[in-house]
Amino acid sequence: MFDFLEDYDLLGAFWTTVQLTLLSAVGSLIWGTLLAAMRVSPVPLMRGFGTAYVNIVRNIPLTVIILFASLGLSQTLSINLGADDFDSINFRLAVLGLIVYTAAFVCEALRSGINTVPVGQAEAARAIGLSFGQVLTLVVLPQAFRSSVTPLANVLIALTKNTTVAAAIGVAEAALLMKEMIENEAQLLLISAIIAVGFVILTLPTGLILGWVGKKVAVKR
Amino acid sequence: MTEVSVAKDDVAATGDLVALRNVNKHFGALHVLQDIDLTIARGEVVVVIGPSGSGKSTLCRTINRLETIDSGTITIDGKPLPQEGRELARLRADVGMVFQSFNLFAHKTVLDNVILGQVKVRKADKQKAEEKARALLDRVGVGAQADKYPAQLSGGQQQRVAIARALAMDPKVMLFDEPTSALDPEMINEVLEVMQQLARDGMTMIVVTHEMGFARSAANRVVFMADGRIVEEATPDQFFSNPRSDRAKDFLSKILHH
Repeated sequence: MFDFLEDYDLLGAFWTTVQLTLLSAVGSLIWGTLLAAMRVSPVPLMRGFGTAYVNIVRNIPLTVIILFASLGLSQTLSINLGADDFDSINFRLAVLGLIVYTAAFVCEALRSGINTVPVGQAEAARAIGLSFGQVLTLVVLPQAFRSSVTPLANVLIALTKNTTVAAAIGVAEAALLMKEMIENEAQLLLISAIIAVGFVILTLPTGLILGWVGKKVAVKR
Repeated sequence: MTEVSVAKDDVAATGDLVALRNVNKHFGALHVLQDIDLTIARGEVVVVIGPSGSGKSTLCRTINRLETIDSGTITIDGKPLPQEGRELARLRADVGMVFQSFNLFAHKTVLDNVILGQVKVRKADKQKAEEKARALLDRVGVGAQADKYPAQLSGGQQQRVAIARALAMDPKVMLFDEPTSALDPEMINEVLEVMQQLARDGMTMIVVTHEMGFARSAANRVVFMADGRIVEEATPDQFFSNPRSDRAKDFLSKILHH
């Protein structure tokens, strides 16, 4: 029943999914943290940019963002992110698109975490002479991250599944392989089930482990 | 006689550490600070009392600019309060603040709470900062709790750590914003004793409190506020035994006789 699988690189495809997920997760965590810092900064221009970015980007379908990265950036503007073969160009563009999109959600998850930090924490930090940046990086964000672990886990799970959109620009990840297998084999249900189980194997531990971590690092007040 | 008093004034003028001149502040329609004039000399302990909503906490918070003011000037050690930024951060390091709700950094141990400012603001050596932190924690009587997290301590212990954290910056002046109001009754004294010791050691202190006993025993001067104004300033003896204003008489009659 599973014989046909020998003709396909199932593990390889899921490995690409994992790579897309991890690189985009790191990138969007960094960019999302910067956006969150902007959204709580005392500088109106930065606050405005952060708010505008989040409200625009999170309301654009991911497919549109990824297709724009491929058609707009690569094919029209020849921005190829330092790669020259088709596969790595599209892989990098997909990561870029996923970062741009996911960062908006990371920003909001972190901002909800920042809101759980009592105002007094920042006031006490300012009162001992810490600068705005120090207040944020030494006192507010460490506590915000701890209470954002659970919402960030949701973002990570969504990101893992969103990597399937990269199939739209031909990145050889799990969903593209699924499409290819369905076209070639008469095993629609089985193929869908295999891919679905593969994603559950990736995301279920993410949720469980991060849920546990979230409880463990929670700040006691 | 005149010469003597002039000489005295001169001494007071050079000894002024904190000076508020004609300070006004509004919260929306509420005129919470009205034409406040107040000077605090080096080494002086000033206790600010008054009914709730009289603006005493706000007054305390304007001195390190946790609250901005609408008009007037505040100078500390001769320098006016700067705008938000590096200069202000430097000034705040010189002004210790103790809050009603302690506000210890919840994700750091007691020891790290006292070390943080020394290392990050004063750029002190980590080792020296730790020694100083332990000495200060011993001084306020919580040395044994150094490696615990704030949530594991009682309110009184937390507030004493907060005092140690402020002292670690070697402040020129300490602000206390109702430091015992959030404490269980049996923990109030342990905090007041630390404050009293501090006062005896010559620290300049501005204390907003409802603890009349502390005002009597530790204050050089009592400032009575009501409805955003300073209504009366006097020595504790004068104020408690012979208040001049009706507002103060009314306030004292409500809190002292029951």
